[in-house]
Amino acid sequence: MTKNIRILINGVVKDNPVFVLLLGMCPTLATTSSAINGMSMGLATMFVLVCSNLVIASLKNFIPDLVRIPAFIVIIATFVTIVEMVMNAYLPALADSLGIFIPLIVVNCIVLGRAEAFAAKNTVLSSLFDGVGIGLGFTLALTLLGVVREFMGSGRMFSVSFFPEDFGVTLFILAPGAFIALGYLVAIFNKLQRK
Amino acid sequence: MLLSLLFICLLAAGLLAKVNDMTEKPISDAKALKLEEAIKNVVPPFDNNPVNESYKVATEKGDSLIVYPAKKGDDVVGFAVNSYSDDGFAGNIQVMVGFDTQDNVVNYAVLAHAETPGLGSQMVDWFKPQVQELSLIEKIFGFEIKKTETKSSIIGKSPGTTNFSVSKDGGDIDAISASTITSRAFLEAVNKAYAAYTQSENYTSTGATIVPEEDATEIKE
Repeated sequence: MTKNIRILINGVVKDNPVFVLLLGMCPTLATTSSAINGMSMGLATMFVLVCSNLVIASLKNFIPDLVRIPAFIVIIATFVTIVEMVMNAYLPALADSLGIFIPLIVVNCIVLGRAEAFAAKNTVLSSLFDGVGIGLGFTLALTLLGVVREFMGSGRMFSVSFFPEDFGVTLFILAPGAFIALGYLVAIFNKLQRK
Repeated sequence: MLLSLLFICLLAAGLLAKVNDMTEKPISDAKALKLEEAIKNVVPPFDNNPVNESYKVATEKGDSLIVYPAKKGDDVVGFAVNSYSDDGFAGNIQVMVGFDTQDNVVNYAVLAHAETPGLGSQMVDWFKPQVQELSLIEKIFGFEIKKTETKSSIIGKSPGTTNFSVSKDGGDIDAISASTITSRAFLEAVNKAYAAYTQSENYTSTGATIVPEEDATEIKE
């Protein structure tokens, strides 16, 4: 059990997909213009990650090596489509604002990366913890980036206004601001971790 | 090898069919609700079903816009027009514009757009009267920072009497700062809605508005 807890914590800290592994940069940069968008994107990815990790870990002896990539992609795509349909049905506003990035979770390298590097080699239980850990790490990173960008850009945090929007730096809501904010966050995260 | 892949695909297909079955109705309900909400927001209170009574109106460009008449009893109280523009900064913009019987814009709702977040996306509220929302530091320290004032609202104005184009082009509406292209496209959509519904057969204006000679739909470059 302690091993599994360590796997979970590793996913958030030592193997943080965004700040350490620098994986999944596309949704990271594109969907974090506000904190709530970043968080929802992280949670959607986490759901897919946990489900695909579980299924792949339990089917790993059944899938021949030669066709493992197509098999993984089919499994991942299935869960992504489920997320998309459920979101359209019950959270249409959120689905609108995340747009194309929900279907694009299929090609998110974190999900396939964890399937290939972890779930295909480990037990179902460890894979579950790995999925939760990496998913949490991704969600936290996206939320943090979203908070920073939303605050700097429009003076808001989770839509609560802190200072008038006129004083915000619009750059932070746009793509270049995403790179700048991410760069600084990666630097800070690595500095803190090295201690 | 083939069998295992086939098995996985079959399983996936079965699961997706099941989920699709479960979510099909909520998805169409959500879409219908969104349309209804948009209509409700842009026209005066009504008691008919505008979606059932909607009709199409041809525009000058050869396509058509959907007009949703809002009625109270037998009296028409307003029209909601589903208009669009293809000239947004990131392509298509869909707006629902509501007019009252005096041709004034009651309200509008942006249904779909892909404009830049933080810039063009401000059109969702920009063309409405400004709401003075106090931020947290203003509340805590008890002072108010003066915000820049703009004459950007289109609510209560009519494209027949007000020039609905951005002030840079000689119009009467202030564009979103740093998003003139989006503002132009948005106003084009509003003007298109106005032109389409005033030209429709069902149009009966009770106001004394005379449509000016110059074409209101024209957006000067």
